[in-house]
Amino acid sequence: MFRYILRRLLQMVLAFFGTTLIVYALTFAGQGDPIQALAGERPVTPAQRAYLTEKYHLDATGVGGFFYRYFDYVKNLLQGNLGESLTGRNIGDILQQAWPVTVRLALIALAVAIIFGVTAGVLAGIRRASIFDNSTLVLTLLVLGIPTIVLAPLAQYLLGVKWQLFPPTAGSDPTFYALLLPGIVLGSLSLATALRLTRASVAENLRADYVRTARSKGLVKRRIVIVHVLRNSLIPVVTFLGVELGNLMSGAIITEGVFNIPGVGFNLFRGIRTEDGPLVVGIVSVLVVVYLVSNLVVDVLYAVLDPRIRYE
Amino acid sequence: MRVRRLAAWTALPLAVTLGLAACGSGGDGGSGGSDSSVVSIQIAEPKHLVPTNTTETSGSQVIAGLFSPLVDYDAQNKPYEVAADSVTSTDNKVWTIKLKDGYTFHNGEKVTAQSYINAWNYGAYGPNGQDTNPFFEKIAGYADLQGKEPKAKEMSGLKKVDDLTFTVTLNEPYIDFKTTLGYNAFFPMPDAAFSAPGVLKDSYEQAPIGQGPFKMKGTWQHDSKIEVERYDAFPGEKPKVKNVEFRIYQQLTAAYADVLADNLDVLPTIPTESLSTAPSDLGDRYKTSPMSSFQFLAFPTFDKDYSNPDVRKAISMAIDRDEITKSVFKGSQTPARSFVSPVLPGYRDDTTGKSGEFNPTEAKKLYQAAGGPSKIVISYNGDGGHKDWVDATVNQLKTNLGVDAVGSAEPKFADLLTKVENKTPVGAFRMGWVMDYPTMEDYLGPLYSTNGSSNYYGYSNPEFDKLVKEGAAAKTQDEAIAKYQQAEDILAKDMPVIPLRFGENVFGHSSKVKNVEMDLFQRVNLVKIEAAS
Repeated sequence: MFRYILRRLLQMVLAFFGTTLIVYALTFAGQGDPIQALAGERPVTPAQRAYLTEKYHLDATGVGGFFYRYFDYVKNLLQGNLGESLTGRNIGDILQQAWPVTVRLALIALAVAIIFGVTAGVLAGIRRASIFDNSTLVLTLLVLGIPTIVLAPLAQYLLGVKWQLFPPTAGSDPTFYALLLPGIVLGSLSLATALRLTRASVAENLRADYVRTARSKGLVKRRIVIVHVLRNSLIPVVTFLGVELGNLMSGAIITEGVFNIPGVGFNLFRGIRTEDGPLVVGIVSVLVVVYLVSNLVVDVLYAVLDPRIRYE
Repeated sequence: MRVRRLAAWTALPLAVTLGLAACGSGGDGGSGGSDSSVVSIQIAEPKHLVPTNTTETSGSQVIAGLFSPLVDYDAQNKPYEVAADSVTSTDNKVWTIKLKDGYTFHNGEKVTAQSYINAWNYGAYGPNGQDTNPFFEKIAGYADLQGKEPKAKEMSGLKKVDDLTFTVTLNEPYIDFKTTLGYNAFFPMPDAAFSAPGVLKDSYEQAPIGQGPFKMKGTWQHDSKIEVERYDAFPGEKPKVKNVEFRIYQQLTAAYADVLADNLDVLPTIPTESLSTAPSDLGDRYKTSPMSSFQFLAFPTFDKDYSNPDVRKAISMAIDRDEITKSVFKGSQTPARSFVSPVLPGYRDDTTGKSGEFNPTEAKKLYQAAGGPSKIVISYNGDGGHKDWVDATVNQLKTNLGVDAVGSAEPKFADLLTKVENKTPVGAFRMGWVMDYPTMEDYLGPLYSTNGSSNYYGYSNPEFDKLVKEGAAAKTQDEAIAKYQQAEDILAKDMPVIPLRFGENVFGHSSKVKNVEMDLFQRVNLVKIEAAS
């Protein structure tokens, strides 16, 4: 196990450099004229052009110039310096502000997915083909079918503006209550998937040999479900939720935008929209690390849950 | 002078930022009473808050509260003195600016002539990379501050006379100089802003110290909010509210939902998506007011397809502006048939005359006689929500001129400009303009003169250039306007661009505030706004 983790960590270093290189190249290669992009529709004066060219090392051109800037960036990155956004803010500070709220939102979304998704999934799995099962099937289909970009404004309008049950937007330092609605919206997609996954897994395990054995040796149904079926059924669900947590941590661009939550996705979106290359690259570099780590944790967790899986 | 990035309402959620807001401040919401209440106003995350580095609407909204301009504009958009006692000149070349006594910065420092000189020199110094740098180019000595290693750190044209008086010498006479002084590039900065002469403190931008009706309460909370409170030692007209919170939003739709729920007080720009429902959603809290934006269609006049003015006139006559403003923009913009904005002194209706009228039969005849191209392309930036009206325009051209016409989207405006500058054939292309100060020259100079900073279409008419120059150098305003109007008449003959639409502020507010007014620069008037009791 230890060797496995070590090997994965070494792979992560490679993956990190590979992805940052690609992201860096894509972000900056696509810009025809980054200085004009920064100025928007305004003309750029020679004075500003000279100033920005020097500031962002744009005087070195071509492939050599690109690697020069990339290595310069990586050097700073390894020293923990994420650089400055085009508006002169420290990207490390931006992330430090953005992350806590994104994490809170992600945890709420995950809790929603677990509490409702897994519970309903187990029930639906036990009572296959019942009314409950069929209605959750339809509901999840619906949720999976409606994109967040529709669901979020709809929930905001109905629950926030029309009936005023929730605040329509969350803001910078939101209360738990203000984050609840966005959390539910964000969690609903994972909820639907978690429900489907749990249901299928429970239904399958209920028909497994070991359940039949347990039943024939006279165990009560409750014990069979809770101790035997549930534990085995949850393996794929936990894997899914683990990966999902990694996803959620990287911020929900749409949900954070609609509910005005200044999290990671929100900043990433702004970076993309205002062509703030350094901001985009900075955030994505950190996200790459988050993904790599969360993937590793899920893989290790898998082995812990299922003794049949061994890593060498 | 610049084509500022046209704000979101033109079409799309361009609002450059993000924010957060509503509930965090929920605690303040309940406190009634006009004195203690907080009025919240939507902005996007400003790019910068240093006066000489602020050119977008959100930043300038905040700055407008923290600073008081030398001059402001009356109902006819003529300048009148605010922080200045007088702005005079005998030859329009050497201007004497006398300041009113009694103005202090929020840290108690007295506002002196030196505060202005320091701030302007900082803004004009090339290596500082300030966004408003070009605004100082008319001042003598500006050129010496440019380049990598400028020759000087201070403009020779700025001279302190005494504590409250200074003179500004321009390179050449400029009648509208007083008008330009209302722009935020010309605000003063206190000594406390500088760590050494000409070096701005990093921390200044996080809590700018001004001499205006409001002072910062705490610092700029990025992506979240900027809070200001009334500055009681302000000698000018006092605001009616004590606290203002500029709340930062990334999406206008989120802010719109907050206004509907009374969670946000003023939304300066109603999002395009909500334009059709806003009048019924908000009732009499849905408002419009004049604004300076001007949308037009430019032609590469160097391209032989479009070099004949008759071709451009024919295209103009084939476009039904009234229909497009009504169906696409739901009346939030008005049809344009002149080359400068209606908010300006000297504006005349319908200067395009016959060429601005919708007349498909004439248009077709003229187009064929002039030998216009068989395919018209209209390029636009795909990120600005321009697709709808471009498609509508293209369809009208197809029907009315009997030619093939298509819209072609470039990802960003910068990409479009790069292509135009490299003379890559892009066909006709959209452009927009928002003024920096209300003079006709702010449109005629940059947009249509041969060396205009935003004349991307290669239009050049020596007679036009001469008239604009003469106007700027005129002795009196009336004389200047007469020259400008003659210049505009030449544009009507040459039709280098086709005027399409003038913009309006389309804004809304909650039921908790009243007297919400917006100026020509898309800023909420912070002095007039009141809490509804």
